[in-house]
Amino acid sequence: MKRKLLAATLCLYFAASLLTACSSKPASGGGGGNVIKIGVFESLTGENGGGGFQEVLGIRYANEIYPTVEIGGETYDIELVEVDNKSDKTEAVSAAQSLISSDVKVILGSYGSSVSIAAGDFFAEAGIPAIGASCTNPQVTLGNDYYFRVCFLDPFQGTVMANYAYQENAKTAAVITQLGDDYSSGLGSYFISAFTSLAGEDAIVNQEQFQTNQTDFKAILTNVKASNPDVIFAPSSIATAPLIIKQARELGITCPIMAGDTWENSTIIDNAGEYAEGVVLSTFYDEADPANDEAASFVTDFKEYLKENEQSEIIPAVSALGYDAYLVAIKAIQQADSTDSQKIRDAIADLQIDGVTGSISFDENGDANKNMAFIKTIKDGAFQFLKTITIEN
Amino acid sequence: MTLSTFFQHALTGISLGGSYALIAVGYTMVYGILRLINFAHGDIFMMAGYFMIFAMASLPWQAAIPLVCIITVILGVVIERVAYKPLRSAPRMSIMISAIGVSYLLQNLATYLFTALPHAYPEIPFLKKIFKAGDISASLVTFITPVLTILLVIGLMFLIGHTKTGMAMRAVSKDFETAQLMGIRINNTISITFAIGSLLAAIGSILYFTDRMSVTPFSGTLPGLKCFVAAVLGGIGSIPGAVVGGFIIGISETLLVSLGYSTFSDAFTFVLLIVILLFRPTGLFGEKNIDKV
Repeated sequence: MKRKLLAATLCLYFAASLLTACSSKPASGGGGGNVIKIGVFESLTGENGGGGFQEVLGIRYANEIYPTVEIGGETYDIELVEVDNKSDKTEAVSAAQSLISSDVKVILGSYGSSVSIAAGDFFAEAGIPAIGASCTNPQVTLGNDYYFRVCFLDPFQGTVMANYAYQENAKTAAVITQLGDDYSSGLGSYFISAFTSLAGEDAIVNQEQFQTNQTDFKAILTNVKASNPDVIFAPSSIATAPLIIKQARELGITCPIMAGDTWENSTIIDNAGEYAEGVVLSTFYDEADPANDEAASFVTDFKEYLKENEQSEIIPAVSALGYDAYLVAIKAIQQADSTDSQKIRDAIADLQIDGVTGSISFDENGDANKNMAFIKTIKDGAFQFLKTITIEN
Repeated sequence: MTLSTFFQHALTGISLGGSYALIAVGYTMVYGILRLINFAHGDIFMMAGYFMIFAMASLPWQAAIPLVCIITVILGVVIERVAYKPLRSAPRMSIMISAIGVSYLLQNLATYLFTALPHAYPEIPFLKKIFKAGDISASLVTFITPVLTILLVIGLMFLIGHTKTGMAMRAVSKDFETAQLMGIRINNTISITFAIGSLLAAIGSILYFTDRMSVTPFSGTLPGLKCFVAAVLGGIGSIPGAVVGGFIIGISETLLVSLGYSTFSDAFTFVLLIVILLFRPTGLFGEKNIDKV
């Protein structure tokens, strides 16, 4: 009897591990012939599993549209090798190493700056170029010749939100950030320095920090309420966002709540419902205003793809960025006309393409030259474009 | 700090403490009987959250609440039967490792089935009614949580102290083999223990998530850990201890945040664990002659 139960447990366990294995199974390329491997380094589980998955969808979709690449007159099938960094800095290192050992030529990802920073040195050491899609912390590319990214940076984003708040006549602000998360605390501190230089030293009336996986924000928000700010800036993960929004409104906090790019995600509206009305965020692109032909066809066709994958039909900005990262990778491979990682890296550095999120070229740090952000708000249960803010460097 | 801010914090702390206490009781009961720290307990709490989301999608809350309680109890008992019972005669470490395994299994199963994106917790209308008194605003559930916790624990104490099942539980917790020789069906007794623990987790989950409104596969991790600390603080194995521990942790966490030390509120919880283990390993209400590990 005991043995039977043990066997049943094992069966259950293996069945479950099979299930999880399926979800991270590499999308296989065509059979035989020339194959070039592109690594996908993303968070599929863990705290950022939701957003990471949406970024992967963008990459998988791009792979469907551009499944092959021409090198030296021959057609190579592109094989995506997906690994899951589990939103965890330690897991990220082993995931990075498994990618490196599976002989990928370019790496895409990851959602979440912390894991990208943790893995960056390993990619550089192996001489494999990496293209980040939505990791906005400066540390990702700084001092790393092999890390590029297609999105704007947190200092820029923090400044944009501070400027927007100031333009909307906010004189005081409270900042809520996540302890130990490079994205959240980085963006928070850039906002603080930009806002204090605009509105004066005493403009930040309250600073609070919370832990990963924390679900109760009432104590923090009670403090925020007592300090009575004009706006709240709370850059955080999409798992945290609805909790902060709802609990704030329930405590009777009425001031606008602002955040960064992560919040442009329909889950937040689904979760926070009417409480989410009036939330303001900055993001990478606007689906209603495609910048070029690539973007226009992406917007229509990707919605179909989302429907096939049983996702909500609002295109997450991170999917668009994932698509662009893939585009940069294959254009660079074409330009380098080689499967050599070093040559591909040099090609990326000189590349200039029109992606879904606008024109992309890289500066000496490997960051995309972008100086415009889209400000959106949540109104009537949907994201609505408010204005663009351009900051000259 | 103004008076109204103080009251708001006090309310938050007491209500948080109430939900912690309910989960901590689950830890402590299982430990008392099996000498097992059921690391999957926080994840059972999380699964109860998901059950409620799906139950409320098609049923009114009056039917959904009992249904969720029943499913959660079944989950808890099945976990015990499948993952812990076969290891009953194995070294205690094996069963603990099995518990950690179950915890990860539940988290990843939830990620696979429901994705890591947060799901909105349904609103139970009467629990969500918002009360306002001056500057203080809170929903009914905030007031109900601590009261219900105390009532449930009093009920539980009665069950353990004054019924046959309770007597069997006490006997099993004192000595496994002797209890068996005396004709107590220890498997049934253990199942009942898990059933009660899971039931409390389900009720705790309804109260906790109604107040916090969003469930992810990792929602159970941090509350689970903190309630484990609460159970140790109160003296693991002691039910009143777990309740007191839950309230102490909930209130002191809120207090630290209210004083402006939000950075250290969790660090404090775990420092408390270390201090208790160093200076009073049996906890506030623990049995004196705890066996050495």
